[in-house]
Amino acid sequence: MDPTHFTTATDADGVALVTWDSPGRSMNVFSVAVMDEFEALIETLATDAAVKGIVIASGKESFSAGADLKMLEAVLEKYAELAGGDLLAAKSWLLHESARMSRLWRRVETCGKPVVAAIGGTCLGGAFELALAAHGRIAAEGDYKVGLPEVKIGIFPGAGGTQRVMRLADPQAGLTFLLQGQTVPPKQALRLKLIDEVVPADGLIAAAKAKVLTLSPVKAWDEEKFRPPGPAVFSAGGFQFWPAANAIYRRETHDNYPGARAILAACFEGVQLPIDLGLRIESRLFADVLTTWEAKAMLRTLFVSTQELGKGARRPAGVPPSAPRKVGIIGAGFMGAGIAYVTAAAGIDVVLVDRDLAAAEKGRAYSDGLIAGRVAKGRATAEDRAALMDRIQASADYADLAGCDLVIEAVFEDRGAKLAAMDQAAAVLGPDAIFASNTSTLPITSLAAGWRAPADFVGIHFFSPVEKMLLVEVIRGRDTGERALAVALDYVRALRKTPIVVEDSRGFYANRCVTAYLLEAHLMLAEGVPPAMIENVARMAGMPVGPLALNDEVAVDLAWKIVQAAKQDLGAGAVDPRQEKLLQAMVVERGRLGRKNGKGFYDYPEKGKKRLWRGIAEIVGPAQAAEAIDVDELKLRLLVVQALEAARCIEEGVVTDVREADVGSVLGFGFAPFTGGTISYIDRIGTAAFVQLCDGLAERHGPRFTPGRLVTEMAATDQRFYDRFRPGAAAA
Amino acid sequence: MAEAFIYDHVRTPRGRGRRDGALREVSSVKLAAAPLSALAARNHLDTALVDDVILGCVDPVGEAGGNIARAAVFVAGYGEQVPGMQINRFCASGLDAVNAGAAQVIAGQSDMVVAGGVESMSRVGLGASGGAWPVDPAVALPSWFMPQGVSADLIATKYGFSRDDVDAYAAESQRRAAASWSEGRFARSVEPVRDVNGLVILDHDEHMRPETNMQSLAALRPAFAMYGEMGGFDAVAIDAHPEVEYVDHVHHAGNSSGIVDGAAAVLLGSRAAGEAAGLKPRARIRGFASIGSDPALMLTGPVDVTEKLLKRTGMTLADIDLFEVNEAFAAVVLRFMQHFGTDPAKVNVAGGAIALGHPLGATGAMILGTVLDELEARDLNVALVTLCIGAGMGTATVIERV
Repeated sequence: MDPTHFTTATDADGVALVTWDSPGRSMNVFSVAVMDEFEALIETLATDAAVKGIVIASGKESFSAGADLKMLEAVLEKYAELAGGDLLAAKSWLLHESARMSRLWRRVETCGKPVVAAIGGTCLGGAFELALAAHGRIAAEGDYKVGLPEVKIGIFPGAGGTQRVMRLADPQAGLTFLLQGQTVPPKQALRLKLIDEVVPADGLIAAAKAKVLTLSPVKAWDEEKFRPPGPAVFSAGGFQFWPAANAIYRRETHDNYPGARAILAACFEGVQLPIDLGLRIESRLFADVLTTWEAKAMLRTLFVSTQELGKGARRPAGVPPSAPRKVGIIGAGFMGAGIAYVTAAAGIDVVLVDRDLAAAEKGRAYSDGLIAGRVAKGRATAEDRAALMDRIQASADYADLAGCDLVIEAVFEDRGAKLAAMDQAAAVLGPDAIFASNTSTLPITSLAAGWRAPADFVGIHFFSPVEKMLLVEVIRGRDTGERALAVALDYVRALRKTPIVVEDSRGFYANRCVTAYLLEAHLMLAEGVPPAMIENVARMAGMPVGPLALNDEVAVDLAWKIVQAAKQDLGAGAVDPRQEKLLQAMVVERGRLGRKNGKGFYDYPEKGKKRLWRGIAEIVGPAQAAEAIDVDELKLRLLVVQALEAARCIEEGVVTDVREADVGSVLGFGFAPFTGGTISYIDRIGTAAFVQLCDGLAERHGPRFTPGRLVTEMAATDQRFYDRFRPGAAAA
Repeated sequence: MAEAFIYDHVRTPRGRGRRDGALREVSSVKLAAAPLSALAARNHLDTALVDDVILGCVDPVGEAGGNIARAAVFVAGYGEQVPGMQINRFCASGLDAVNAGAAQVIAGQSDMVVAGGVESMSRVGLGASGGAWPVDPAVALPSWFMPQGVSADLIATKYGFSRDDVDAYAAESQRRAAASWSEGRFARSVEPVRDVNGLVILDHDEHMRPETNMQSLAALRPAFAMYGEMGGFDAVAIDAHPEVEYVDHVHHAGNSSGIVDGAAAVLLGSRAAGEAAGLKPRARIRGFASIGSDPALMLTGPVDVTEKLLKRTGMTLADIDLFEVNEAFAAVVLRFMQHFGTDPAKVNVAGGAIALGHPLGATGAMILGTVLDELEARDLNVALVTLCIGAGMGTATVIERV
């Protein structure tokens, strides 16, 4: 077999330098073909008496992104096929197949020759696990990451990662690294003891070659005397560590993530055993986790779909790529200032305009605060800070917007104010400029009518805080043209955020779901569910923030205003009187507006933690006894009500791509990530069962749970959303 | 079916379970043997008549490991034909030993059994036996593992017991215990621990602090707040009982059971066996039960098991004259009384483990004897003895004077 992916050169000292450079790919990944070739290569080198040591390096800028997920998909497809027959035989097959990488890395570790991984760039997942199996790991200095992020996409490091990290790192640091799916710069990996040395990039190979000849081919943990770092499990120290590890695991995951749970189990059991048995336990758990629906849903949404959308899957193909050079932002409030920061951070010049220079400067200073924080943490340099601030021009003069490719208005939510800003911008912008609104409440179509060319008007809806939130809704008004859409998508992509395309509708997509989530919590309060239970159950269901805390953050009076606006625009029937009564009592009668005035559903004492407001009983009466409340029913209500809203958005054509509904829900409002998103949540239950579930919920809690026309129609044949709305072929 | 009778009960004094504890010089086996020897001596017992010795021990490792009951048989000078076995149901082990012995008698398979328990916490150490429960995620997760003090604090939070409530309960325990000693109420059961010369090593309960009052208790800092917050256990508590916003850490060394050394033994037998040995029964075992309960609350098993046992025996609360509910933590007893609406004057009348200490494996047998003495002293008839148990269990026994 001629080498395709690897070239080997053995020097006079007997060091074989294996250089991995898969043709036609920007990054090396382990596919079946790569694994086959690598396996044969290792056997050859192991038996070649002239070879004294092996250095594995990459011919690309990065080392490797790890396993090719297509390989995993193929294994799972075959498994699904086999599982239709003899289930245990299928599982046995899956265990063998899914452990191939683990076996191969173990072979590298025991091949009889010392092996050093020379890591010159990004080294993730299975590739980092290979490095951990090597006898030495040397990394080049540089701005890149190494680590094991698998748990973030529903699986976990199944090729020895759990076992070798726990045999190298301090237990607490190692377990945290694994459970959080950390990717870290090489110097931090050094501190974690996962890498032996960090050297200047130009000396990497020489250092690796020098190192390999000093190493024993017998790994530390293959020596009889080896003990993993840290206290033994059954010791006083172990009894300090493991109980807290279990508790903190639950605190961080609420036991919702099979991948994380498997990490904990593999580490706990593995550190008590020789490496081979530890690897066997890890492999068994890996095969099991692969078959969970959480793994399937998270892989699809958080890896495949996120990547496809980030690469422009929804971008109109006919429009030539654009790259904004200068972006104008009107309104230097919290949103505008955040947009200015992320735009400048992407290397784009920004003009930040507000009524007066002081306001504009204040918005600009927000960026300085953020970048200064990064400098303080060592994540950016003083030069980075200066360069970023140089890119932001604060101004009170609309004339400074001249030359902008894109202008985004983020002035307060008042039609008149927005139209005035648009008129002033129009006077100075060139004919090709695209105008965008960051509105979260006003219809894009009607605002676009106020622009000189409605086709050049689009919504770009950021979430707060802008610098943290990964999702951006690009809102297509009725008249929004393909070029405006493409420019908006290109811009969001330049920010390294994930865009979803949403049709113009009241609340667009994310806020519709969030509004439903808040309504459900308000009604639970009105029913007498203890407030703490609402908050805690929401987090247990997988939401990042309890609905009452969330409402306090976005402001309770905003919820009140939205209810009033809905009543005015859509009639009294559009509003639940119990919610209106609650919000009126909170906002109008008691002035409890949320965090901003220090009192909402929580109290915010000067010192100490916020605490739920005890006085809520004045409004909703005494709480029900906890024992009378079904926690699972509360969880269901909080998730189903959002999923139903998402299904309605698909039904109405507000969201047209199920990937966008899923990715948008997880990145935009933190919808229980282990479900893979709102639509995957329904697909997991199955439309038939989901409709049945909703019918029951509607009977018990009201018509807001009545399933929509689309999902009801699909339920007749138990059709899945991902079958009916199979995403189109990826662009990019 | 035969009945099981209680012929006698003996316990050691409870020594502080620390470096300076008086019983620290006494090995676990010698401690276990002390009440065995005393039972034999004061009842002029032909130990060859004893069919089994069952001892509870919660950390049966090191010197307490192997089978401490058989070891104690030798040290106590019982006949070599007397077998022994050690059992472990955590904090109820001493009572479960009695129940297991009673079961042998009731089943007609043993005529006479000595049952009790031992724990030398100063020598072996709390938690020395380890186990999968706290550390192995396969067990810790479904059992909602947390340190017992955090569970006790969760009980207090969930059922609304304030720091003042638990402290007031603790002060009353101290007051009752002090009164029991000054009035000589423990005299019948407590046999001093003596050295090889027959000299007294300890003749009183060493943990008590009769001077305790609300002010002195208020000065103590919550013992489990740091575990709860830093160790993540408060979050476990809240996931298990999500109506709780935050865990109010109210327990501390002054309102939790004391760590002590001690041993106890109960002489059980059938009516015929007692007659043959010339013994007069003091009480009979009306019934007993064990149960698994909410493992996050962990320590509310006494409520569940009492309900189970009352149903099993066809009794009602009104039939019970005195209650002995082990004072593992103040909130455990407060919750028991809250649930059943029990008159505090009937519960732990002689003081409990907060004042006297909780030698884990022995306590169940100790408090059984204490309440029997109190029934006799007050000329009452029926008592219920119950203990909360780690990992969420409860054991209870009803005894009736004859």
